[in-house]
Amino acid sequence: MIEDQLGRCVASWYPGATGVTGAAKLSGGASQETWTFDIVHPNGDVGAILRRAPPGYGASPGRAAGLDAEATLMQLAHDTGLPSPRVMHVLKPEDELGRGFIMQRIEGETIARKILRDEQFTKARPLLAWQLGRVIAGIHGLPAAKLPKLREMSATTEIADLEREYRSFNWPRPVFELALRWLREHDPGPSREVTLVHGDFRHGNLIIGPDGVRAVLDWELAHFGDPMEDLGWICVNSWRFGEIDKPVGGFGTREELFAGYEEAGRSVDADRVMFWEVMGTLRWGIMCCGMMQRFRQGPDHSMERAMIGRRSSETEIDLLRLLAPRGG
Amino acid sequence: MQDEPTPTELIKAVADFLRNEIAPEIKGHNAFKLRVGINALDLVTRQLALEQGSDAAEAERLKQLLGADGSLVELNRALSEKIANGEVDLQTPGLAEHLWQTTMDKLAVDQPNYASYKRELGNK
Repeated sequence: MIEDQLGRCVASWYPGATGVTGAAKLSGGASQETWTFDIVHPNGDVGAILRRAPPGYGASPGRAAGLDAEATLMQLAHDTGLPSPRVMHVLKPEDELGRGFIMQRIEGETIARKILRDEQFTKARPLLAWQLGRVIAGIHGLPAAKLPKLREMSATTEIADLEREYRSFNWPRPVFELALRWLREHDPGPSREVTLVHGDFRHGNLIIGPDGVRAVLDWELAHFGDPMEDLGWICVNSWRFGEIDKPVGGFGTREELFAGYEEAGRSVDADRVMFWEVMGTLRWGIMCCGMMQRFRQGPDHSMERAMIGRRSSETEIDLLRLLAPRGG
Repeated sequence: MQDEPTPTELIKAVADFLRNEIAPEIKGHNAFKLRVGINALDLVTRQLALEQGSDAAEAERLKQLLGADGSLVELNRALSEKIANGEVDLQTPGLAEHLWQTTMDKLAVDQPNYASYKRELGNK
């Protein structure tokens, strides 16, 4: 029972804690899980989140930064004053909980449809694009000396990565082919400045409250690269949830996003952002195809994965709207 | 020849039962999964209704564009190769129209409520 193990773990570093309660798995596949629970304490229970690779799972695969790097980045973001949960404990072997970390639980909403429609976010929505610009600027400005070791990606290596993955599916998609060719022909080359890139800055990884953004989560895809990548990714149509005329997450304009970013002392290259928006749209389409592949090859034979596979056509229409727009 | 009712009628009857009778009774994560399942059944009925016509039209366009014959996968593979090596591009007569029509036909099955699709239907 995970509550017993968590209770022993928490008692070892949280003075006065007597155990944990309400442990529930929030999400995750076999190699990476997220749990919510409450630390029981005489002064009042404390909400916490465990993010871990269960015992027996080694280093995280492929593009992932690794849980130790994630913990370091979140703590650094928190210490710098960015909206981020405080990291309470990095798991040790004697915790017998696998690898990962425990962080403070931040209340708020991550579900895009609620953020875009519910009344409690009415005041937050017009501010979000600008706020997110400031937050992204903060991430790109995190002190280099304190950053963990991460892979470095350029536009060129990212195109090659995507192409390799797309070819591995062996399912011809002329629209993806067109997008790959466009990306190769418009590759902006090495970035003038290489910074930390969050890598997955979008709905689902942001906790939003009535007051605006409260936390940035899921640093799994963090890497060094072109800072414009994060600005392009948040503009991908797949995160607009029907509000297609508001490019930033369905709630704001590119101008607001850029204004927030520039007010925080950084500069925007709008052409590069557009390049990364095309790249991001293709990337999400290829990720959808990858879900289909994993559904077919197992072990996760779930309906959700199968149906996400059928969402790759959404990115095809979005790519055509970007690369071959028809007269409105 | 197989008997009636048709696959489309059977799937629709099951989907309607799940939607109208079962979904209101289910809560939590299973309610989400049930919605995904109903969406899958609806997608299949759309594909059964639309696939034959759209596949035939797509094959016809591909034969025109490529001046070659073959299965749909073979034709799409040939077109993909020509796009990859630059033999055809958006300036090639008929290519953009073909990609648009093929993609619209896919969305009509996969996600007819997708906002980009609805916008483009209006723009046609």
